[in-house]
Amino acid sequence: MLLDNLISIVTFIPLIGAAILALFLRGDDEAAQNNAKWVALAATTASFLASLFLLAGFDASNTGFQFVEEGTWILGLSYKMGVDGISVLFVMLTTFLMPITILACWDVKHRVKEYMIAFLVLETLMLGVFCALDLVLFYLFFEAGLIPMFLIIGIWGGKERIYASFKFFLYTFFGSVLMLVAMVAMYVDAQTTDITALLNHNFGSDTVTVMGVQILGGMQTLLWLAFFASFAVKMPMWPVHTWLPDAHVQAPTAGSVVLAAILLKMGGYGFLRFSLPMFPVASDIMANFVLWLSAIAIVYTSLVALMQEDMKKLIAYSSVAHMGFVTAGIFAANQQGVDGAIFQMISHGFISGALFLCVGVIYDRMHTREIDAYGGLVNRMPAYAAVFMLFTMANVGLPGTSGFVGEFLTLVGMFQANTWVAAVAATGVILSAAYALWLYRRVVMGDLIKESLKSITDMTARERSIFAPLIVMTILLGVYPSLVTDIISPSVSALLGGYDTAVAEFATQNAVAENGGH
Amino acid sequence: MQSGDLSIALPEIILSLFAMGGLLVGAYGGKDKLASLMLWVTAAVLVALAAWIGFQGAGTATVFNGMFTDDAFARFAKVTVLLSAAAVLLMSESYMIKRDLLRFEYPLLIALASVGMMVMVSASDLIALYMGLELQSLALYVVASLRRDSVKSTEAGLKYFVLGALSSGLLLYGASLVYGFSGTTEFAGIIQAAQGETPVGMLIGLSFVIAGLAFKVSAAPFHMWTPDVYEGAPTPITAFFATAPKMAAMGLFARVVHDAFGGVIGDWQQIVAALAVASMFLGAVAAIGQRNIKRLMAYSSIAHMGFALMGLASGTAQGVESMLIYMAIYVTMNIGTFAFILSMEKDGSPVLTIDALSLYSKRDPAKALAVLVLMFSLAGVPPMVGFFGKYSVLLAAVDGGLAWLAILGVTASVIGAFYYLRIVFIMYFGADESELDKGGSGILWGFLMASAAAMVFGVFNLFGIEGPAAAAAAALAG
Repeated sequence: MLLDNLISIVTFIPLIGAAILALFLRGDDEAAQNNAKWVALAATTASFLASLFLLAGFDASNTGFQFVEEGTWILGLSYKMGVDGISVLFVMLTTFLMPITILACWDVKHRVKEYMIAFLVLETLMLGVFCALDLVLFYLFFEAGLIPMFLIIGIWGGKERIYASFKFFLYTFFGSVLMLVAMVAMYVDAQTTDITALLNHNFGSDTVTVMGVQILGGMQTLLWLAFFASFAVKMPMWPVHTWLPDAHVQAPTAGSVVLAAILLKMGGYGFLRFSLPMFPVASDIMANFVLWLSAIAIVYTSLVALMQEDMKKLIAYSSVAHMGFVTAGIFAANQQGVDGAIFQMISHGFISGALFLCVGVIYDRMHTREIDAYGGLVNRMPAYAAVFMLFTMANVGLPGTSGFVGEFLTLVGMFQANTWVAAVAATGVILSAAYALWLYRRVVMGDLIKESLKSITDMTARERSIFAPLIVMTILLGVYPSLVTDIISPSVSALLGGYDTAVAEFATQNAVAENGGH
Repeated sequence: MQSGDLSIALPEIILSLFAMGGLLVGAYGGKDKLASLMLWVTAAVLVALAAWIGFQGAGTATVFNGMFTDDAFARFAKVTVLLSAAAVLLMSESYMIKRDLLRFEYPLLIALASVGMMVMVSASDLIALYMGLELQSLALYVVASLRRDSVKSTEAGLKYFVLGALSSGLLLYGASLVYGFSGTTEFAGIIQAAQGETPVGMLIGLSFVIAGLAFKVSAAPFHMWTPDVYEGAPTPITAFFATAPKMAAMGLFARVVHDAFGGVIGDWQQIVAALAVASMFLGAVAAIGQRNIKRLMAYSSIAHMGFALMGLASGTAQGVESMLIYMAIYVTMNIGTFAFILSMEKDGSPVLTIDALSLYSKRDPAKALAVLVLMFSLAGVPPMVGFFGKYSVLLAAVDGGLAWLAILGVTASVIGAFYYLRIVFIMYFGADESELDKGGSGILWGFLMASAAAMVFGVFNLFGIEGPAAAAAAALAG
């Protein structure tokens, strides 16, 4: 009985925790603050433990959706949840990172209860995005996540938080409403919002003319573009990435962690769940466009990262660059590319999360993120230097860390799809080494000469315990990547099988049409 | 059913008799001493009638030689109108008493306006339409200037009256053209005359009728009166303007275009779509500059009418259904929002600038949270119920082949999201703490919380309004 509703249980435990906090916790004294933290930690941990059953019960060889729950809902929609090989690991990533995030904001003093509620609600919504099997249910979770994030940045953020929170909200909202129109159009076309049914529905790919412009791929291309508007902003892809550095810099540490580690993955997940399988012809037509955008993103944002004065901004730009590998891998549309993209997303979840936590550690002590304000930290913070080193290397993509596997696989995939793009993207690997190592040198290495740093202390036990699981996962996935690929590969190859068939069919049709024309 | 059977119009008759009886009692009895009692009794009568109409059987019946129709559509609209009128009455009590505005005529005028609205949504003849419309409007002109000693309030009443008379003139002129070209004032006859290739005069008549109706729903470019009247009228009256009359006018709009002009959908579709686009964009853009929350809500309601018209523009039964769902949700949200605006006071006097809400979330977290929910719901952000209203009209629009309208609509909704967000921003991220009074009337608190809760918990089943809305749409456009 419980197992039948496992997905709902995993998804809604945090929300229940938030409700308990909102309804029963009174006061704002020290004790109440501590209670809020413990309730939040308990709820996120419970959700993580429940999700372990999900992983244990997951059958990787089955490429369909598992643990499916279905119930009728309003306006002809259904409440349908389930996971497949593509989504299950995102669920795990989320439940795994959330307790860590809660621990990371243990020192927050300002409106603790609301802070915890915001994070718990956010977790439910993020899990819902990865589990939803109804189009509008997906949209609901996808959009609703903006509300807690808007509040997290706006209330607990830095100096420019107002600008950043508005920019974050309106940018992503605009991307998403176009997707909503596309979803409505899909419903009108297929008469269902069930994602499993839509995956088998063929959307029209006959050329259509809109306002005098001929559109190859027809309806598929139009729908694809609308979804692209949403996911590209969420990812974020160059040139619509500009909200991310602002949001990251202004968000509190825990907010940055969630943003980089989980929220950004929704875009990639969306491409894999919707764009590729539902609009294969359009994806094929647009593949080179996306590949080049990704290549530009990788090189351009890496160069921008080089010049940053602010640590968080640097890591934010590096995230954009890494997401470039993901989009390129996805639209390479071959086994290595897509496998690598998913792997990269999971691994980036751990690494970028850890890097933002690293910044958080010294920010909590010095209250500045200026790179110039630091230097020679290794002298007083050896443990911190070691941890930061590891994640810097992982960010660079050093073999033995999970970062390497993702970058390598996506590059292999890209190489098969478009050699030039792969060549350009590969320079990004070198550039990432440049900015990451330079950052490390300026912050950690050298002599400790700054007066303000003379009394800085090394990491506390709580901080160490936050990093421990992240270190384990980064190295474990680096030396034993099959842990991930075994789960995702069957689903990915099923996805790509359908994709290739559809693309080949379209090519034959076009060939026939052309021959008929001559 | 025979057409002389008055029982079909019994709710309207009872409410009219009640209003007239109430006037007599008030005039010969204790005058304003009875006002509070009168208000509660009127609200009770409105709710009782709503329940009666709501639980009345199904089916369609006409009376007065086909001038007055009672069908599922009329019942849906009437229930919404009556309940929102009752809610606004209850919300206004404390405000009116405090400002010495509570006269016994006030609840009775609202009751008479409600009769007018009920006739509007049941009208199936141009004459009945005009009767209902004028009864409603005249009552509204008076309540708009209820605060006789205030320049702004009388200005609002006068403005509303002059522009309202103009719009009535437009509508009458259109109606006369329609009559001239179809030879009848009955919708049933007009729809037979207006089929296929319609004469130009008929189309001009149709355009004028729509212009008159657009004025009543305050759709751009016939919206000019809205911000001034909203701002000038006493706040409870503004709350009334924003809810029941909008529902009634929208219901009348749907009835005219479907019952009388259902044969020439292509002809009015473009007009309605253009009104929708203009309203959505004007409402979204013009509200950005507003610091007065009543003016802001005026533009917000213009934008919302644009969305409701988008549903109507699709010209299908689904479109009508989505419009009804949208309006029901809109009315619920506005009742909550105005309950909050009514409770915005500093040292007992009303405060209307949004900057006064600075950091309100610290002062009163529960109310701030409720307003947050309402604002996101007004903006159409899921999971609030406001989103489902937007979703259903978008669905109707795309299904009706108006995908371009849907795209423009969502674009406008992003622009509009800015000012709703700004209210949340002021309440949550503001600099210095708000000095608004705490506490306030329990009734207002109750309506605010109930409305916010409805916006959250409605996600489960929309409180079952879907079935009645579908039945209503089928009755009209099925």
